Amino acid sequence: MQTTDNLVEIRDLAITFAGSVDVVNGLDLDIPAGKTLCLVGESGCGKSVTAKAILQVIDHPGRVSGGSINLRQTDGSLLDIAATRSTSPVMRHVRGADIAMIHQEPMSFLSPLYTIGNQISEALTLHRKVSKKEARAEGIRMLEQVGMPDPERRYDSYTFQLSGGQRQRAMIAMALINQPRLLIADEPTTALDVTTQANILDLLAQLQRDSGMAVLFITHDLGVVAEIADEVAVMYLGRIVERGPVREVLENPKHPYTRGLLASMPRLDGDFKAPLKAIPGMVPPPALRPAGCPFHPRCEWAVAGLCNVMPVRDSDLGNDHMVACHAYGPQAAQITRTPLRPPAEAVAVAARKPAGTEPLLSVRDLHKHFPIRSGFFQRQVGAVRAVNDISLDIYPGETLGLVGESGCGKSTLGQTIVGLHRADGGSIRFADGANPPADLLTARGAEARRLRTDIRMIFQDPTGSLNPRMRVRDIIGEVLQVNGGHSPAEIEGRVQSLLSRVGLSPDYAERYPHAFSGGQRQRIAIARALASDPKLVIADEAVSALDVSVQTQIINMMKALQAEMGLTYLFVSHDLGVIANISDRVAVMYAGRIVEIGSTEAIFRNPRHPYTEALLAAIPGRGISKHRVRLPGHVPDPGQQLTGCPFADRCPYALPACRAVLPPLDGTPNHRFACIRADELQLRTVAGPPDLVTA
Amino acid sequence: MGSFMLRRIIYVIPALIAVSLISFLVIAIPPGDFITRTAELRAAQGDIMPLAEQEAMRRAYGLDLPIMVQYWNWISGVVTRGDFGYSFSFNLPVKDVIWPRLGLTILLSVASLLFIWVIAIPIGIYSAVRRYSAGDYLATFLGFLGLAIPNFLLALAVMYIAFAWFGMNVGGLFSPEYLEAPWSWGRVLDLLNHLWLPMIVLGTAGTASVIRVIRANLMDELHKPYVTAARAKGKGEFALLMKYPVRHALNPFVSGQNDIFVDIVSGGTIVAIVMGLQTTGPLLLDALRTQDMYMAASFILMLSVLVVIGTLLSDVLLAWLDPRIRYQQG
Repeated sequence: MQTTDNLVEIRDLAITFAGSVDVVNGLDLDIPAGKTLCLVGESGCGKSVTAKAILQVIDHPGRVSGGSINLRQTDGSLLDIAATRSTSPVMRHVRGADIAMIHQEPMSFLSPLYTIGNQISEALTLHRKVSKKEARAEGIRMLEQVGMPDPERRYDSYTFQLSGGQRQRAMIAMALINQPRLLIADEPTTALDVTTQANILDLLAQLQRDSGMAVLFITHDLGVVAEIADEVAVMYLGRIVERGPVREVLENPKHPYTRGLLASMPRLDGDFKAPLKAIPGMVPPPALRPAGCPFHPRCEWAVAGLCNVMPVRDSDLGNDHMVACHAYGPQAAQITRTPLRPPAEAVAVAARKPAGTEPLLSVRDLHKHFPIRSGFFQRQVGAVRAVNDISLDIYPGETLGLVGESGCGKSTLGQTIVGLHRADGGSIRFADGANPPADLLTARGAEARRLRTDIRMIFQDPTGSLNPRMRVRDIIGEVLQVNGGHSPAEIEGRVQSLLSRVGLSPDYAERYPHAFSGGQRQRIAIARALASDPKLVIADEAVSALDVSVQTQIINMMKALQAEMGLTYLFVSHDLGVIANISDRVAVMYAGRIVEIGSTEAIFRNPRHPYTEALLAAIPGRGISKHRVRLPGHVPDPGQQLTGCPFADRCPYALPACRAVLPPLDGTPNHRFACIRADELQLRTVAGPPDLVTA
Repeated sequence: MGSFMLRRIIYVIPALIAVSLISFLVIAIPPGDFITRTAELRAAQGDIMPLAEQEAMRRAYGLDLPIMVQYWNWISGVVTRGDFGYSFSFNLPVKDVIWPRLGLTILLSVASLLFIWVIAIPIGIYSAVRRYSAGDYLATFLGFLGLAIPNFLLALAVMYIAFAWFGMNVGGLFSPEYLEAPWSWGRVLDLLNHLWLPMIVLGTAGTASVIRVIRANLMDELHKPYVTAARAKGKGEFALLMKYPVRHALNPFVSGQNDIFVDIVSGGTIVAIVMGLQTTGPLLLDALRTQDMYMAASFILMLSVLVVIGTLLSDVLLAWLDPRIRYQQG
């Protein structure tokens, strides 16, 4: 049924890698003209490769091995892209002129050797005969249209001279300069800060409205889907499992996979702390695609003898809502559908100690400056004030969340506490009760060694932070070997028990890190951090690189471990949803300073600093409120010496007085904020009150 | 960019001082000098040189002074007057012997380098793009062959073929009639006529390694995201290849070219002896054997300066090619 409403109709598409592995198999997808279709799923589901197939730019050794991709041309005729040679002039014309693409990481998708202007105008000159001067003028006009500040000058900039958001704007300008009829956006905001992401999403929505192009938007973030989509298609292992209008799918999800994705997403309405429900397991590699319904091994509804045997067919539920699940097919009677939000699974939550006890860690007036050298003799001409006069307490047994945009100094703070940087001033006092209090900055000898085993860190990148030449046993046990006093048998036993504690089989100890998936590696990294029985664990973006369902598994495990072992966490993240879910208290950082600190409830329900308000407003999927706060620009250059409030330049409420003096961190002991207008401002929050729990 | 180049040039100065000191000491420190060597030679001919005469000669040449004083006299002459000292065995100022030879050495080395680029870059690109094709295997095979055959052996074989089959005048860089002639159009043509044989011989090993370097670099770049992005813009395959991956692959290649240049200059000695080339290699060997120390030290100094300048040039070229270096280190 080829209707004129669809710009692209994909039927029974198969994409094969290395001769035999079908990454995509039997995919049907319609891309409606003039609408935004979101393609959702975990990594490894075949989303990106499907997008590349539409442009015929799949990387070697992948290829389209079956099916059709029909593109409706402007004259009404159809072009089957799957049957067109990828190097043919027809295909070259489709690419860039009819269908353009933007990608996740503009830093690697734009060449650093040419100016962005060169690359933007190139897209134009490839498809239209224009003079150099016209191409330049058009490129600058396009940059202006995508909201690039100072487009005339930026046109001659290189990628490495731009911020992440500016790079993404440049890439959007490059894609849209030929006014394509379809824009494919492959996770265009995943690598960006939440505030920048909000701006880019606004921009894409506006450009889409103005030009009437169709957008195929690939993402794993259901919040982004809610923000931008008209229609949603959920993909699992190379097939669409559910498809429909965005409200229908998000509010009334049918497929257990869609339901699982929604349930594992940290929510900001209702109770932040409600344990998240993770989808068990992970996406298997395409070569091991399970028979029957490919989702059945992870599905809680699965019925043996049906789901693992019979291939699934699409069921039409009306309202353009389609789902591929036996529970809605002819065999629906055999399957019991559990309610969407089952009563919370018992994830043990520690009885938090009251905040009246002595803090485990007291940071006072901490400074960390990195020198900027320049000029002929590389003299120090300034300093990046990454951590600028920070004071905070972390109490035993609690989780302190640390949020802020990239470049605000939150990672430097964590790294300074754990001793990866030498602080330039201030003190960090560690008092665990069992030993005499120690100052981390002055501790020497045995005391310093003890502190290194008491304070441990989990890093963001589970691939880069595990030595690929060491066995898991040595990775986990190294801290015990290095800090002495443990027999090999003792270490072995400890490694075994840690592995089972983080949900891995003890016989994994013999393997090397490359044998594990991202989520499993992060479990190993957590086991390593816990090996020395630490008191304080600093998690630096520990779940940011993981898929949402795996992220949920890790968060739930970290909470359980905290309860069992009485751990204290400093949880650094840019993801406010994750922070809200795991933290007892939250500190918001901006330009090296803490601008607001308080209990999670206070920060999310009653923010007092305009920056916190803007961060909350930028969380995708909560934009139902009409009053949007959007932050222009980015974190100020930390090398600049600022007087007054560092946020004043981006603050919608700034007064001249804000630029005069640095606002002190004031308020009640349980909720402090650094804003001189805090008392007169009525700040909004997007987090709903606790009684508004929606299913 | 200006500051970057200036800083690079200033970094060169301490390097040159160290190089000049070491090259002088390497020659001067071993026991014996040109006088003892001459006395030995005469003694072999039955002509005993009296010790007093030896001492007198030493004083005349300044060889009795402390080493550091000798060094200072030599290097201050080099820097202030362009005077490289006196060659004992040639009985000529060193500079009169060195300059013509050095000119030919540079000419031959640069010609070999250009030969390598012209041959190796297209083959390297072809090998990377058509990986595991018959052409790639052939290029790889020939490349390894060129790498494995010693240069002097190749020189002998090529000379034999050129002489026996084509009746060419081989050996040397000039025909006998032009050897001592002043520069003229005919002499230039004669030089070009002789240059290509040693150029090919010296270039083969470098060609093989450059093919491998280009192939490996380019294979890394061919599947980078920016290539996909450019393809998705609708750019044709050949233009795309040249503008993006090849340009990216050139960077590590450029930084390696200085090493190849050094290999050509220093590795050329044996080839030069075999082929009778009037380059610096054979002369340096002689100077070392006869302990003609100003001559040897000056040669080593000159060659080191060439290397230092080559490094500087490749740094500057790299900065010109890659804006990341230009803007981030400036």
